[in-house]
Amino acid sequence: MASLESTRLKTESRTRWLLISPAMLVVIIGAIAPLLVIVIFSFLTPGPTGGVNFTPSFDAWTRVLFDRDLFDDTLTLSGTNLEILLRSLTLSLATTFLCLLVGFPTAYFIATRNPLNREVWLLLVTVPFWTNLLIRTFAIQDLIRNEGIINTLLLKAGLISAPIQILFTNFAICLGLVYVYLPLMILPVYASLERLDRNLLEAASDLYARPFKVLWEVIVPLSKPGIIAGSILVFIPSIGTYVTPILLGGGRNLMIGNYIELQFGQGRDWPFGSAISLTLMGIVMVALLIYIRHGDTRGHEHG
Amino acid sequence: MAKNFPVTHQRGFSAVAILTFIFLYAPLAVALVLAFNAGTSAAKWGGFSLRWFQSAANNQQVIAASVLSLKLAAISAVLATAAATLAALAMTRGPRFRGWTFTYGVISVPLMVPEIVTAVALLVVSATLRGWTGYTGLTYLIVAHTAFCVPFAYLPIRARLQTMDISLERAAGDLYASPWNAFRFVTMPLLFPGVLAGFILAFVTSLDDVVITEFVKTAGQDTLPTYMLGQVRRTITPEVNAIAAVFFVISVALVICIYAVNQRTKIN
Repeated sequence: MASLESTRLKTESRTRWLLISPAMLVVIIGAIAPLLVIVIFSFLTPGPTGGVNFTPSFDAWTRVLFDRDLFDDTLTLSGTNLEILLRSLTLSLATTFLCLLVGFPTAYFIATRNPLNREVWLLLVTVPFWTNLLIRTFAIQDLIRNEGIINTLLLKAGLISAPIQILFTNFAICLGLVYVYLPLMILPVYASLERLDRNLLEAASDLYARPFKVLWEVIVPLSKPGIIAGSILVFIPSIGTYVTPILLGGGRNLMIGNYIELQFGQGRDWPFGSAISLTLMGIVMVALLIYIRHGDTRGHEHG
Repeated sequence: MAKNFPVTHQRGFSAVAILTFIFLYAPLAVALVLAFNAGTSAAKWGGFSLRWFQSAANNQQVIAASVLSLKLAAISAVLATAAATLAALAMTRGPRFRGWTFTYGVISVPLMVPEIVTAVALLVVSATLRGWTGYTGLTYLIVAHTAFCVPFAYLPIRARLQTMDISLERAAGDLYASPWNAFRFVTMPLLFPGVLAGFILAFVTSLDDVVITEFVKTAGQDTLPTYMLGQVRRTITPEVNAIAAVFFVISVALVICIYAVNQRTKIN
């Protein structure tokens, strides 16, 4: 009997792994193995015309934060790299903050509609999100160009005498990122607000708490998991963005994503490019850990 | 509603929400309108015209890029949906097994790694493989797209499996249906809305991708998004607006499809 049972379990387990293996294989070949390759490359030295030399070295990693002096080999903090890293962090944090600032009231608005209307409002949030990211960024570009709608209207109204330069600024990048990733804030915040117990709000207001006090001391703390989830979901793609700085930052305001590309294009320094890529991944992993520990991951975990 | 009003009312929130919705749709609306602009300048309205749609439709590069985009999205979405369906069945039916978390982690990797990092990693690998083998075909793009489509196909299929009544499959088994017949006549029809939603999500994800494609493609392998990126790096032409308008309509149609599928399955 025992052997029969163990054979059954064995076949069951074999079937299971047969079913899982196509998905596993394609992700391993198309994502994980290439990542391992750049992990190895980050410990090698650059080849003369791109590629790598198979001489192990920590040089690429050192150069993420430091500049090596050509003559005496001393290390100084790298101005360029730190500036790019800081700009990326600042822009993506500002994006996250702005998304929360407009996303929370919007989510709250949706959560307080009647159930039928909620579905419609939610669909209205989702539709732009499933529209091509490139197209949405073009749309912003169209709007804020010197000869775009905003400047034309302001000029015609006589409010300004010359077009304001909005495009190709840090603000433009931020605006573009907020526009593109705002739904990622609204949806999880909405999900946690929707579950709020109205009795708590009624209790608070029965006890004569002002609406703002109810908001700040009851609603916000209770929706914290949704706020954290939304913030992380916005922060992660923002810090890794590549297209937005090209289209809205005009090549002058680089972010990490563009800096990485430079190393694999013109720069031709694969090990250094690999090391910065992995640095970016490290930042994202930290954000993900915060998400898993504090954010609302319901619907994302357990098979 | 009237009774609840004072409790849930926060001053200014509705105004912010309405402004947010305007913010979400105004740029898209402007771009859509500009696609029908007869003039060359985006700033001046030169009358209604379909000339940019015509010029896009006659542009050989646009046609080639559209065909490649659709082909790539169809192949990758089919492969990813098939793989994800099998994996989801193994992961949600039967007891939690050793290696479950590991498997789930592997499948989720494309969602967790920043796109640009996956893109350069794939660039390095595909460039090297091209050098070694001399093969420069579509397979690199297909593998890359299938890999990042797998989690997008997986999530709705798993969600569907979790809400399905497992006793129906058991009943089929009790009535001496073979495992294959039970799957074919009970599980699959019930699972179909999830598979369809997974397929659409994977298809849209592949169609939308610009970063990974931009790094993995070689000469002559432009998809519509990478073609548009290349155009806009030079000068923005209203032709791009026309392509964007078509794209937008397709995306909206697909989202509404998913929505409709979800609504229907909710009722049943």
